[in-house]
Amino acid sequence: MLYALLCYNSEEVVFSWTKEQDDAVMEKLHHVHEKMAVKNKLGPSLRLVPTTAATTLRKSSDPPLVIDGPFAETKEQLLGFYVVDCQDLDEALGFARELAVANPGGAYEIRPIRFFQPGTLPEEIAAG
Amino acid sequence: MSNDLAWIDAALSSARPQAIGALLRYFRDLDTAEEAFQEACLRALKTWPQKGPPRDPAAWLIMVGRNAALDGVRKTSRQTELPPEETISDVDDVEAPMAERLDGAQYRDDILRLMFICCHPDLPATQQIALALRIVSGLSVKQIARAFLVSEAAMEQRITRAKGRIAKAEVPFEAPGPIERAERLAAVAAMAYLVFNEGYTAGADATEDRAQLAGEAIRLGRLLLRLFQAEPEIMGLLALMLLQQARAPARFDADGAAVLLEDQDRGRWDRRMIAEGLGLIDKAMRHNRPGPYQVQAAIAALHDRAARFEDTDWTQIEALYASLEIMTPSPVVTLNRAVAASRSRGAEDALTLIEPLAGALDGYFYFHGARGAFLLQLGRDGEARQAFDRAIALANTAAEAAHIRSQIDRLTAQAKAG
Repeated sequence: MLYALLCYNSEEVVFSWTKEQDDAVMEKLHHVHEKMAVKNKLGPSLRLVPTTAATTLRKSSDPPLVIDGPFAETKEQLLGFYVVDCQDLDEALGFARELAVANPGGAYEIRPIRFFQPGTLPEEIAAG
Repeated sequence: MSNDLAWIDAALSSARPQAIGALLRYFRDLDTAEEAFQEACLRALKTWPQKGPPRDPAAWLIMVGRNAALDGVRKTSRQTELPPEETISDVDDVEAPMAERLDGAQYRDDILRLMFICCHPDLPATQQIALALRIVSGLSVKQIARAFLVSEAAMEQRITRAKGRIAKAEVPFEAPGPIERAERLAAVAAMAYLVFNEGYTAGADATEDRAQLAGEAIRLGRLLLRLFQAEPEIMGLLALMLLQQARAPARFDADGAAVLLEDQDRGRWDRRMIAEGLGLIDKAMRHNRPGPYQVQAAIAALHDRAARFEDTDWTQIEALYASLEIMTPSPVVTLNRAVAASRSRGAEDALTLIEPLAGALDGYFYFHGARGAFLLQLGRDGEARQAFDRAIALANTAAEAAHIRSQIDRLTAQAKAG
């Protein structure tokens, strides 16, 4: 079974860490990651840029509405996510719009990624 | 446990602007609001480690701070005369539904007001910065004093004087209209950038406290953007600060001498800050409402995007400076444009661009430094040396002087070799 672990914390607190504090936490996390990675059990993991850099595509309206800021509703839940490599926000929004046509309702929150590692899952597991 | 305390400390400082902003609205007096917040923090340090932090630390601090200050008011008045019983119970009745009313509807204006009173036009820039660092960021007087290389007593006096001035000024407590809100936001953004520059422009010999100001300004920028999520200029401001600060680890060598952009080890630039800054400027540009912060951020982004100095898109940078010249005309902007032009079009064009500035910028270190560099590129060594001599006389920091001196040394070495 593949699991996703979603990380929550106060970004005001986390982003007031000094670089040294942040590096220290990343270093500790790295040791935990490694234990899973050597067993080929670690999939992609990433850290997002703060929500101030977020853009939300509300797909409940037609055409979908682009809003600055993070997804703030509590009536909807996080159901999945994509990682895409785009030239800029416009390209990412273009992809989100296409997804919205295929699957209307809800929203996509688009967040730049500041740290990404692809992981070590063997191909057959990664393929599902 | 120490982890807990570190978390509480961070939670208290990030709740600070909202909590003091709300307490200021309630008590309409800065000192009372600050004392109430202090008291609430002391109680938080006592109760949070045992009971765990509340779900909404800011709301908790506002509630507790408000009650503590009201208790204080009651105690003081009891020493003189007892207030009528019904007044006290009235106060209690008002307090009860307080938590529900903290719905965030007002806190945006609370924080903006708190920051705005620090930008009072009567206050000189240094006082604005000191006040904002004390009140909004919560730095201690000692920390601020060290950052500005003055004694603690002198800084205390400076802050007290600034507070006295704003106490006499009319602080607008009613919710601002859209135009007024935009004006306040612009003033506050400018103040945040002042704080940033205070830290960023300091040399390598500056204290750690001073360098830390850049980080404080970035925090202020994030705070503003959370309050005004759709303002492209606020996105631009935060992006600008991040994209500049990202280069900080490479700006000085081991001896503390300034390292020019072209000589910086780009591997030491902070990629995380760059990623965030690029994300923000990208988002801002979609609004098609350009402004000075966005343009400056776009310039910083072009530098940060270049893998090597030779890859810098100088043509684009010059075009951006040209649009900045129209938005905020100033000889310094033109000088920067000329530096970009010297790379994209050559030193001859650059020199032509700056000739008209000779009067306005005669007392400006960078003008003579840049002019010397252009002249040197054109092989006009004698004039270059004169310009460099003038620059050294005007240098603000040891690093600036050292940089120019190295160019003069190069000239001298060439002269000898020739």
